Amino acid sequence: MKTSHSFDEQFHFQGKAKTWSLVLIVIGLIGILGGFALGYGERTFANLLLMGYYFTCVCICGVFFCAVQYVAQAGWSASILRIPQAFGKALPVAAVILLAIIFLGLSIHHTGINEYGKQTVLPYLYKGWSLSGVTTKGDPNYDHLIAAKSRFLNVPFFAIRLVLYLVSYAILGRLIVKYSENEDSLGGMFNYKKSFNVSVIFLVVFGFTIPLFAFDTIMSLEAQWFSTMFGWYNFAALWVGGLSVITYTIIKLRENGYVQWITEDHLHNLGQLIFGFSVFWTYLWFAQFLLTWYANIPEEAAYFYRRWEPQFIWWFWLNIVINFGGPLLVLMSRDSKRAVKVLKAACVMLILGHWLDYWQMIMPGATGPQAHWYNEIGPLEIAIFLGFAGLFMFTVLTALSKFKSLIPKKHPLLEESLHHHI
Amino acid sequence: MSKTKYILGLFEDPDEMMHGIDLLQKNSVPIYDVFTPMPIHGIERKLGIKDSRLGYAAFMFGCLGGTTIFSMAYYMLVHDWPMNIGGKPAFAIPDFIPITFEWTVLFTAFGMTLTFFFATHLFPGRTPRVMDLRATDDRFVIAIDAKGSTPHEDITKILKDAGAVEVKHNDRKYVSYE
Repeated sequence: MKTSHSFDEQFHFQGKAKTWSLVLIVIGLIGILGGFALGYGERTFANLLLMGYYFTCVCICGVFFCAVQYVAQAGWSASILRIPQAFGKALPVAAVILLAIIFLGLSIHHTGINEYGKQTVLPYLYKGWSLSGVTTKGDPNYDHLIAAKSRFLNVPFFAIRLVLYLVSYAILGRLIVKYSENEDSLGGMFNYKKSFNVSVIFLVVFGFTIPLFAFDTIMSLEAQWFSTMFGWYNFAALWVGGLSVITYTIIKLRENGYVQWITEDHLHNLGQLIFGFSVFWTYLWFAQFLLTWYANIPEEAAYFYRRWEPQFIWWFWLNIVINFGGPLLVLMSRDSKRAVKVLKAACVMLILGHWLDYWQMIMPGATGPQAHWYNEIGPLEIAIFLGFAGLFMFTVLTALSKFKSLIPKKHPLLEESLHHHI
Repeated sequence: MSKTKYILGLFEDPDEMMHGIDLLQKNSVPIYDVFTPMPIHGIERKLGIKDSRLGYAAFMFGCLGGTTIFSMAYYMLVHDWPMNIGGKPAFAIPDFIPITFEWTVLFTAFGMTLTFFFATHLFPGRTPRVMDLRATDDRFVIAIDAKGSTPHEDITKILKDAGAVEVKHNDRKYVSYE
């Protein structure tokens, strides 16, 4: 066993990793261009929104992870903090991409079918409420439910809100990273206290706004429908998905000879979090489902009615099988959380599982059903997923390579983390 | 033949006690058990204690709870007295899930507590097994079975060398029994 580590070790983003990330980005770009060229504009936009949202959520999760660790004054995680911090550094890129997708989707129009099956000129995204005339009485597009919500759900206010959420997450995330970097050269408690304070502020801002962020970005795709559970359900998806990506990144770095101070004990803790919050995700999923199913009020049941279409139903059930059954069977025992290969496979499963989760939140409202269930996920979905995976790799690993050391080497609780043992 | 059944080394400091364990193990003196007022990190591995099987008990109790209530709910709501609640079918599985979950948790929690009490002789009505009363207060106690082949004076010396503040030669295993 190696007993000493060089804390000045830096990550070098080069070779295979860099080539692969660029290849994946090119695949994604081909997918996007192909999607538009072959006339799948709406579906391409829905996929872009899906991956833009997923990418942003994973990056926000990096900031959230750091903030939780600082506020809890957790010692075990001190030596792994640089990886979620790199996610936080990539957040501005993710946020700009998400905002660009949303604003292009709102402003580019095409001829398509509206909510009531009529042919009209529609924006690519959020056609339910951003359609022109939808709030004007007497207009053929008029919808009284949307009109009643329009004081909240109108394009300018929507745009302001989204920018505010993402800018505040990005700035607070940036500050957490900055104080941690300052700590490397200065040491002492000065920067740790600052990190603590900014983490508290972040958690308050995040706690109040993350459900609204999910309401705006995803729930408003089906604007007649609403669920107060939806925000927390999305938060759980963000947290589990993000934790899986963090764990996967750490395992990959370890395999490539970096961060050797991260042991099975740290991975065991991450596995516990993934397992626990997968059950939390299921709890919220089920809480939303049970009440809707039981009450069976048409305006609430509309969401599940859409997902009960023969093209979606199997994907809908597969979602809960992967994201609940998977971790329950794979990650419950202590040994499997400590077996790196098993944990890695579980992470890949959950990363794909939460892609499916977001997919089934977005697609039925954004594009409607395709011809068959097996047409629902095709080359377009795969290409855009791979493109964003490449983009994520590129931005996060670039951010990681800019850190002067892969460990916050003067973090006051670092010794505890290096001797972490459970 | 000495009447001593167990030799206890009482330590004031957990680190000295860990050192005592090292010394005893180096001299091939088998340790019967160690009693401490608080959990000591890494002591299970040092003493070679096997992983607890409480988790398996928990799983079994959970399965028992889940099946019990699911069968009960099925018997009551589907078989014995089906009712029309909100137009839902009598065998409405989503409705059964919350109570199944609750009973699984309840049986697991109670079952684990009972198993733990049973295994550690803390069950109400049973006399607790205590080898030295101060092990629950401020002493870290290593217990050694006096039947071993090492002479008792040697064991006493090893314990004293490691920093034991007191070494007891007890004629009885448990001081808590009358």
